Amino acid sequence: MNHRATEEARWVRLTLIGTTLLLFFCFLLLPLLVVFGQAFSRGVDAAWESLQDPDALDAIRLTLIVAAISVPINSICGVAAAWCIARFRFPGRDLLVTFIELPFSVSPVISGLVWVLLFGANGWLGPFLDRHGVRIIFALPGLVLATMFVTLPFVARNLLPLMRSQGVSEEEAALTLGATGWQTFRLVTLPKIRWGLLYGVLLCNARAMGEFGAAAVVSGHVRGQTLTMPLQVEAMFNDYDWVGAFTMAGLLALLALVTLAVKLTLEWRMGLLGEALL
Amino acid sequence: MSLTRRHALAAITSSLLAAQFDAPASAADALTLLNVSYDPTRELYRDINRAFAAAWKTKTGGTVTINQSHGGSGAQARAVLDGLQADVVTLALAADIDALAKRGLLAADWQSKLPNNSSPTTSTIVFLVRKGNPKAIKDWGDLLKPGVQVITPNPKTSGGARWNVLAGVTWARKQPGYTETSEADFLKKLFKQVPVLDSGARGATVSFAQRELGDVLIAWENEAWLAKDEFGADAFEIVVPSVSILAEPPVAVVEANVEKHGTRVVAQAYLDFLYTKQAQEIAAKRYFRPRDAEILAKNRDRFPDLPLSTIVDFGGWPAAQAKYFADGGLFDQVYVPSK
Amino acid sequence: MARTRRVLPGFQLSLSITLLWVSLIVLVPMTALFLRPWELGAAGVWASITEPRVLAALKLSFGAAAVAAVVNVPLGLLTAWVFVRLRFPGRDLADSLIDMPLALPTAVAGIALTGLFAPKGWLGALLAPLGIKVAYTPLGILVALVFVGFPFVVRTLQPVIHDLPLDAEEAAATLGATRWQTLRRVVLPALLPALLAGFGAALARGVGEYGSVIFIAGNMPMISEIAPLLIVVRLEQLDYAGAAAIGLVMLLASFGILLLLNLLQRRIGRFA
Repeated sequence: MNHRATEEARWVRLTLIGTTLLLFFCFLLLPLLVVFGQAFSRGVDAAWESLQDPDALDAIRLTLIVAAISVPINSICGVAAAWCIARFRFPGRDLLVTFIELPFSVSPVISGLVWVLLFGANGWLGPFLDRHGVRIIFALPGLVLATMFVTLPFVARNLLPLMRSQGVSEEEAALTLGATGWQTFRLVTLPKIRWGLLYGVLLCNARAMGEFGAAAVVSGHVRGQTLTMPLQVEAMFNDYDWVGAFTMAGLLALLALVTLAVKLTLEWRMGLLGEALL
Repeated sequence: MSLTRRHALAAITSSLLAAQFDAPASAADALTLLNVSYDPTRELYRDINRAFAAAWKTKTGGTVTINQSHGGSGAQARAVLDGLQADVVTLALAADIDALAKRGLLAADWQSKLPNNSSPTTSTIVFLVRKGNPKAIKDWGDLLKPGVQVITPNPKTSGGARWNVLAGVTWARKQPGYTETSEADFLKKLFKQVPVLDSGARGATVSFAQRELGDVLIAWENEAWLAKDEFGADAFEIVVPSVSILAEPPVAVVEANVEKHGTRVVAQAYLDFLYTKQAQEIAAKRYFRPRDAEILAKNRDRFPDLPLSTIVDFGGWPAAQAKYFADGGLFDQVYVPSK
Repeated sequence: MARTRRVLPGFQLSLSITLLWVSLIVLVPMTALFLRPWELGAAGVWASITEPRVLAALKLSFGAAAVAAVVNVPLGLLTAWVFVRLRFPGRDLADSLIDMPLALPTAVAGIALTGLFAPKGWLGALLAPLGIKVAYTPLGILVALVFVGFPFVVRTLQPVIHDLPLDAEEAAATLGATRWQTLRRVVLPALLPALLAGFGAALARGVGEYGSVIFIAGNMPMISEIAPLLIVVRLEQLDYAGAAAIGLVMLLASFGILLLLNLLQRRIGRFA
């Protein structure tokens, strides 16, 4: 039983690996299996049929719309934020980073609450909006705003360390050679950060589609109108429609699995390119 | 790149604009109604909406889609006050619609606009216990016995819970030696037995039936029957107490909103439809007591006769709301969260 | 250095976009959270947050999150160690699964864990004969919070373990230390700042967690009602100021704790 001093004995290693994998199975895989098991508990047809329900389809559509609005805005602004924070020094820079990361340390419920405080009927701007027939809370804009709040940090947070470590020499070279600022960004910076950007967008999207607490507060719970997929899961759960609830949950779990799979692929690519993702 | 971004921006702005403004119904052939309702009517209105859409199609040739929102009745009324664009409200009790009238969303005399106090169906409050009734619960007095845990939703947010309280008070008033203080005493003892207050009736049913909390659920008759159907007849039993209350869940058109949406005609037709034989049959099937005498008689075995108080015995909803449920009312005075 | 950086274009544009974005989406709404509670007056705010039910909910949210983070420290340490130091088939695949709780929507985690630990669920049925009830009890809250906090500890530890210089361990071994002594005296102190950071991240996540908890908790006032749920209850009663007051307390308390952990971490870091 000869082994290096910095390594555990074989039986210790096997025990450690065994324990970890058991933990993984019980804690990470079983919940997933429960979701799919319950979804298909009355057969694949029943699950498939539950997705044909108009309310379920509307929830999927609404979720896609919310993500289609909030993710691009947060991505574009996130790139802008990473650009100015990583590339320039200015007073209040650290404070700005703190503000960008603020949504991470705020309860999702509070992320919804703040919008109700602003735009609800008793909110600061509520009466004004009502007079002009503009609806924010209990409608799409409220869902989008709450989602944007929650997902705001993802892209910027992923890009910041990457852009800091990459430095600016290539951009400077491009500028010296006469490229315009926009060309430099598009042809030099963007290719350098694309995998990190893609990963940030992916996480942002996963969270946007899966957000529950913030959406629950601003939703109004109108079936077929303001229920996103996670809220639809809850509604079906309370309707005693287990198959429907778990099928919708299964769709969201698939989204999570796809996100992780793409992440694995990205890491593998980055590994080949000799760069660290984070 | 810039082209796709421009497309994306255009899509974003247009969808934001489309959703932000209350668009008056333009084409008569694509109408949408929002029915903001209380918790246990999910299954009822699913059936009713389908029937009404079909009836509307035959009558006018147009399509109408009815969207539903469900939650505790009080919470739902507040959501409407908070800007939820309900065309019609179908809530658990009149006080919640009165609250909307007070803010000018509909006329103060809304309840006289439809037959039967604007309540197309009635219900009452019964007990749901676990199979075999292990705690031998037969009447309201048994709920106060030591070791009995009672599940009821929060009267502050749920309409059913307020009917529960008044039904219990009806019993307390019939006890020998009743005085004004025995009401408070009864409620204090009752809520001491309550481990969890969900915000709506459905949440309370899920707590009782699925989370297996408590020994008895005080519930709408329709909710109790539905739970029995959903979880299998061998899981629960329904216990009908010696007295209860005639619960009259009312319906109304939210005038301020239908005006904005241009949906007054179809909203009115929808509520009128609730009084038709067809809708009354559906209601009876879903365990709501129909107003139609003939259909009620046909379903007599589902709806046992028992002595019922009415809200009039409590001086009407404004008085009952003020006395029992308003901030600082009797419920606030007696409710101390358990433990 | 700073001056040469300004050669790069786009400072004004990118900064303006960022400031506009952060102000509209974060700062303006957060101002409402800071100002609205005071509509109640200072005494009213105090009364509304010292209500027994609110205090119990705050205690539960912070307490359960702290316990969950404590549980996650050994679990995360074990996992991070195994994944960095040991080789086994399927390691990369399993490694990416660590992020599952981050990628899985909280509502899905909630109903999945509830299904798993309900009295008739796969694990719940195993635990029931032992008299252990997880779903719909405070223990259920703990399970949900351990689940959502797990990746934070592992991900904070992994790079640090990866960068641990092996020669320190080798030196200790050469000097006659047993493996256990080496781990305790050499490795653990070096990991302490990262452990604290992971603990803090898991704690912060747990305090605010809503979706996964409300399905599995009994939601009983005073016993298993978390603070975020109480905010929702307040909102349902149209009590904006009361809801904002609880939110504000939660926010300030989380920041206080994170600040404290940060200071502690720096201090330990300096000693190490």
